[in-house]
Amino acid sequence: MEKFILKYFTLIRTIIAILVGMIISVVLIYLISEMPAYSIKQFFLGPVLSKGRFANVIENASPMIFCGVAIAIAFQAKQFNIGAEGALFISAAVGTAFAVSTGMPTVLHVIMVLVVAGATGAIWGFIPGILKAKWGASELVASLMMNYIAYYGGLYLINSHFRDKDAGFLVSIRLPETAWLPQFMPGTRLHLGILLAVIFAFLGYYFLYHTTSGYEIRTTGNNQKFAKFGGMNIVKVIVLAQVLSGMLAGLGGMTEVMGIHRRFNWQMSPGYGWDGVIVAIIGRNHPLLIIFAAFFLSYMRVGGQILNLMADVPSELVLVIQSVIIILITAEAFLSTWKNKITIKEAERVEVANESVTQ
Amino acid sequence: MENILQVKNITMVYPTGVIANKDVSMDVKKNSIHAIVGENGAGKSTLMNVIFGKIHPQEGEVLYKGEKVSFKNPNYAIKAGIGMVHQHLMLAPDLTVAENMILGIEPKKGKIFLDTVNALEITREVSKKYGLDVPVDKKIKDLPIGVRQRVEILKALFRNAELLILDEPTSVLTPQETEILFETLINLKESGKTILFISHKLSEVKRLADTVTVMRDTRVITTRDASDLTEEKIAHLMVGRDINSGRIGEPENPGNIRLAVKDLSYVDDENVQILKDISFDVRAGEILGIAGVEGNGQSELISIITGLLKPADGSVSVDDNNIIGLSPRQIRELKVSHIPEDRMENGVADMASLEENFIVDRYYKSEFSKNGKINWKYIKDYSVDLIKRFNILTQSSKTAAGALSGGNIQKVVVARELSSNPELIIAAQPTRGVDIGSEELIHDLLKKARDDGKAVFLISADLDEILKLSTRIIVIYDGHITKQFTDCSNISGMDLGPYMLGVKMEEGASGKIHS
Ligand SMILES: Nc1ncnc2c1ncn2[C@@H]1O[C@H](COP(=O)(O)OP(=O)(O)OP(=O)(O)O)[C@@H](O)[C@H]1O
Ligand SMILES: [Mg+2]
Repeated sequence: MEKFILKYFTLIRTIIAILVGMIISVVLIYLISEMPAYSIKQFFLGPVLSKGRFANVIENASPMIFCGVAIAIAFQAKQFNIGAEGALFISAAVGTAFAVSTGMPTVLHVIMVLVVAGATGAIWGFIPGILKAKWGASELVASLMMNYIAYYGGLYLINSHFRDKDAGFLVSIRLPETAWLPQFMPGTRLHLGILLAVIFAFLGYYFLYHTTSGYEIRTTGNNQKFAKFGGMNIVKVIVLAQVLSGMLAGLGGMTEVMGIHRRFNWQMSPGYGWDGVIVAIIGRNHPLLIIFAAFFLSYMRVGGQILNLMADVPSELVLVIQSVIIILITAEAFLSTWKNKITIKEAERVEVANESVTQ
Repeated sequence: MENILQVKNITMVYPTGVIANKDVSMDVKKNSIHAIVGENGAGKSTLMNVIFGKIHPQEGEVLYKGEKVSFKNPNYAIKAGIGMVHQHLMLAPDLTVAENMILGIEPKKGKIFLDTVNALEITREVSKKYGLDVPVDKKIKDLPIGVRQRVEILKALFRNAELLILDEPTSVLTPQETEILFETLINLKESGKTILFISHKLSEVKRLADTVTVMRDTRVITTRDASDLTEEKIAHLMVGRDINSGRIGEPENPGNIRLAVKDLSYVDDENVQILKDISFDVRAGEILGIAGVEGNGQSELISIITGLLKPADGSVSVDDNNIIGLSPRQIRELKVSHIPEDRMENGVADMASLEENFIVDRYYKSEFSKNGKINWKYIKDYSVDLIKRFNILTQSSKTAAGALSGGNIQKVVVARELSSNPELIIAAQPTRGVDIGSEELIHDLLKKARDDGKAVFLISADLDEILKLSTRIIVIYDGHITKQFTDCSNISGMDLGPYMLGVKMEEGASGKIHS
């Protein structure tokens, strides 16, 4: 039993944190809502009670996975890049512009649009990367500023040059059908992007833990002086991490456009880049865990929307509840005393066993 | 005499499941100097950290001045009058020496503003009082490890602790500094303080201690009066065999020049000339030792030779390849290996596993990876082999380097650097913090490397080590070479001392020996 707990400690802790978070949210909803039972049910079960909503959970998870892995790669190199949001936004805008101004056969078109968007994101990561690696400019500040540039630059590009004048809203011209990502379940908007997200998460995992470049990134993040001492080219490593990070975020934004609305319709930044930060932290910068973390966060977000829509809990409080749960999960020290106790018991047990063997 | 400290039946298990102290008990008499000795990983630092409130044992108790205490964190221990110098230094790298000195007890101007002038003043005074020289307004991160150690010791002394814990305080001090420190410690004892110190240097233990506690494999073996013990006896209690400490034999004829340094100068960011026209060379099949007080340019010299720093002037070549401007990797490719002076800063990534630490300089080679894919299976076997050969105490090859004892971390670094099949070995403080048994092992390996025709450049604050291993010795003071000894079979620390302190200097010492 103890062995089991130790092995799966992080998982068990996460589950307990979620449970505690749930209890707290139940209490909060009880205090706020006139119809608590109904509200609670909507919040926790809403997302699985209808096919459409569950599809929403999966759809939303897709850009979160992309952004989560993007952030994780940068974080593993100890680069506090928070530019995923900007990379996602500008890449989607540039990719859209490219898609509506070109004509190609379908598969090729999809690939080319993704390449353009990925490249845009890569450039977006390259800039803070090179500024940091060569001149020591804070990547935090640089990537934050790049977010503004991306936001206003992207809006300018779409609203001034690729706007659909016939639509009643500020949206881009519709993407030609050749550049659509196919949706595969009638009645939902589930599209190929989610599959791509999972594939890229696996690739991200493989890259970080099984390739020399991934090892370089992690080592640089662990102790940069040590990496340099060992002969690694720190500038190259940092820039690579940032470029890959930007590229993944860019792909996340573009697949969203190509799979769901089939046009650029964001006047506000959609926030997936920020969710990516949360998801990366919950998933401890591990791309495979990030898949689960993204589903979890997406589930909560959808549950929150339903709660807000169907019951009488205002959206501000929904955010409060969500934040409480996230804080609990990310608290490293939560339950650590418990873990210590078990470790010690186990160590002493092994010790006794060893002694009785040797005697 | 009454006991200032009593430790009773302490059992400490780390969260990783390693038992580091098992039922440890020990009494420390007030007004005495008490030494703790034992092999790497025996549990000495762990016990000190327990006393200091840094970690908390599962069983047992600590009595301080007769009262049961359990310090929630080191701040409480400090308030109760306990000071500690940690094995791995704990200074704030971005603050200056003076700022570190007064950290936590800052003198204030008005109510809010830090009184920097006063801080500098205080630091200078303390430095003078205890005879340990430190550059008060330099940032810690710009200082070599030996100077940092001086700062840390001063900081503890300055706080006027009643019980002072020193975890290997002399590991990178030169004999002169050690001497000064010892006089200070004896004075402190005479003024009623108590000192608890850990050291692997048995001569120090014998000289200083009133009482000696020997630890082995998580337990206390014995606590005895120092007068009942000899160095040999202590060594025997620790490792259960005799240790060979005599000078190693002379090499056969040294071969070609491997490392040639010519007219090397270095000026730091603040325009201070750190190295002045240094010239020397190291041949295949010899060990060139460099003696000098820490902070006289040795660190910068090594950094230049290994590609981590660019010189202002002069040339360095390895096997006739000019290496100025080459990257650390390109230099390593010339079969140069480097044991860095500060294992925690450059030598390991403490959160990374031993496997990841072993391959930092070779992961891209075909044995370890193909087409960019790392072969972790091979690396695991490779690491297990190194762990065995170098006698490293660890749970497994997947353990994080930071979870090893200080001496074992040092062995990880040495294992990596001696296993890359180097032709030129730059060894800075190679045995820092390792126990006498492992020191012997590392010395044997360096000798073997020499006999196999490798060139070894040895930098050490430990004069005994320099005198034991070096074929030739150069002495460095204030960035230039003050003396060269070509025949080292009959010299002692006394011969080196005046040159290390710059009171004597040989004409034209900077010239080359072999022409
Ligand atoms: N932070 C840690 N986490 C887990 N295990 C640790 C940690 N620090 C030390 N250990 C383990 O505890 C044991 C005792 O280590 P400790 O540092 O007390 O040894 P030591 O006697 O000070 O050795 P050294 O002479 O090498 O400094 C070792 O087996 C070590 O691996
Ligand atoms: Mg120790």
